[in-house]
Amino acid sequence: MSAVKDKYQKVAYYPGCALEGTAHSYNRSTQQLGKALGLELVEVKNWNCCGAMEVKNIDPKLQTYLSSRVMATAASEMNMDVVMAPCNGCYHNLKKAEYDLAHDPASAEVVDRLSKKAGHATYQAGQVETIHALDWIKQGIGEEGLKKRLRNSLQGLKVANYYGCMYTRPRHIFPEKDQGPGSESTSKPHFMDDLLAAAGAENVEFPLKTACCGGAHTLSDSDTSTKLVLNILRAAEAAGAEVIATECPTCHSGLEMHQVRAEKKYGQPTKVKIIYFTQLLGLALGLKPKQVGVHENISDSLAFLKEKGLA
Amino acid sequence: MPIHEVSLIRPENLHTQDQLVVDGVDVSGHWSTFIQSRAVTDYNEAMQDEIAALPGGEHVHRCWQCGSCTNSCTVNAINPDFNPRYWIYLIRLGMEEEILRDKDIIWQCVSCNKCTYACPRDVVPEGVMKALSHWMELKGHVKKSPSMVFDEVFSEQVFERGKIEEGRVMQRFFKRTGQSLNQEWLIEMVKRMLRHLPVTMLTKLGLATLVAPSTSRWSDARAAIEEYVHEQEHKRRRALGLDGLIEAAKQDAEPAAAGQGARP
Repeated sequence: MSAVKDKYQKVAYYPGCALEGTAHSYNRSTQQLGKALGLELVEVKNWNCCGAMEVKNIDPKLQTYLSSRVMATAASEMNMDVVMAPCNGCYHNLKKAEYDLAHDPASAEVVDRLSKKAGHATYQAGQVETIHALDWIKQGIGEEGLKKRLRNSLQGLKVANYYGCMYTRPRHIFPEKDQGPGSESTSKPHFMDDLLAAAGAENVEFPLKTACCGGAHTLSDSDTSTKLVLNILRAAEAAGAEVIATECPTCHSGLEMHQVRAEKKYGQPTKVKIIYFTQLLGLALGLKPKQVGVHENISDSLAFLKEKGLA
Repeated sequence: MPIHEVSLIRPENLHTQDQLVVDGVDVSGHWSTFIQSRAVTDYNEAMQDEIAALPGGEHVHRCWQCGSCTNSCTVNAINPDFNPRYWIYLIRLGMEEEILRDKDIIWQCVSCNKCTYACPRDVVPEGVMKALSHWMELKGHVKKSPSMVFDEVFSEQVFERGKIEEGRVMQRFFKRTGQSLNQEWLIEMVKRMLRHLPVTMLTKLGLATLVAPSTSRWSDARAAIEEYVHEQEHKRRRALGLDGLIEAAKQDAEPAAAGQGARP
């Protein structure tokens, strides 16, 4: 059991665009979870989009600039050391920008030029540490800390933990991962498994933890996405899971959207529920389903959670 | 599972004849099937450099053809014709005609980065797929893929306001690709989304689609971004030799317009 990190007790919070839209329940549950655990979130002032996959496809250095502006605000205007992003896309992009700025002088030059023209401080690599919501809970509270605060239990809940692509790939932008005991693994991530197990859940052996849901083409190549999602949903059910726990708004809405599409368009229904890990942890801490936004999910799990004594 | 590999001996290149006499010897029924001989005369010797000049393609020259990318590929698992290793091979050889056979599926890369994770030579195959898709469009071999239209709709909003609003991105994307919002699964999804939501929340969501969220004091950043985008577009066209083509077309057009007739 490693000691909790003090610097994670108060972090700059970067929700990102999706959490203000379709992933409102992830935003709500993340904030409620912080409150319940005594972790402080200070929203990044006047933040902008991280650039996502779309701007990267138009021009990778522009995505680096957009992400760097968020980190520059946290460092220079808010004097924060840690930026926490619950969205895999935002988290990935901030990490990628951090890596590129430290290793690619051409990217650093473009970022400096654009920052000066836009009239804000240029972000310098190393000014902040970017973490995911999973790091925040796992290393800011830890399993033991979580257990002390439980008011309910996820006991009897069979969960498949789904991490998606951008939390672990490509490896080089996550230098803190794969560093032995206590660190996250890029091939078999386990932070979400650890936290949900501490809250009592029964994690199933799920082979598709880091499979792709086709999120990049969820609308532009829907048939491919439906195939990929259906594969994930079926694998989870075959592994005995009742719930797929998620930690990314794009994965989450992709699974929800294509679960409906597979059912309506191809007559391939699946029953597995899709719930954010922050919602599950919130329920274990005694929060009400509405407080963690269960009613805002497309995948309807209210009756199921009641049956499990969690609502 | 073995990787399905591509063969240059395709059915249309095999010729079988029932009756065949070669140099006066009747070989019917024995040596009656021949592979059409092929001579490649249209190499694009600059192809590797052209791909390397586009974002993501910078490291294509490092590839040593181990096939880890194709072996780990998400899309290859559902469509064996989607083969990054083979396309990288063709880029390096400059076999443009051959790669154009797959022009309609290359954009389908889902950017899961499994290839980049597996690659022992840091080729960044995911980036090469994006560079190759851009190359296809810039050279006029394909029209804009739905994925490219989505990237543009999304990026336009980010450049304009600093943030996106998903409903607006979705609407614009459907409109620009000529798709109807009136699809059974979409309607069902929206129904399920609204099922448990209280009225206040619905009002808030409704407002978000009317008043787009934006980053304040964004105009300077926007101007800087737009200037950069313009500069990069020009640079890429030049790298692909497209500026020269445009110039040549202009020069061809001028004498004709002046009544001097076509040039020799």
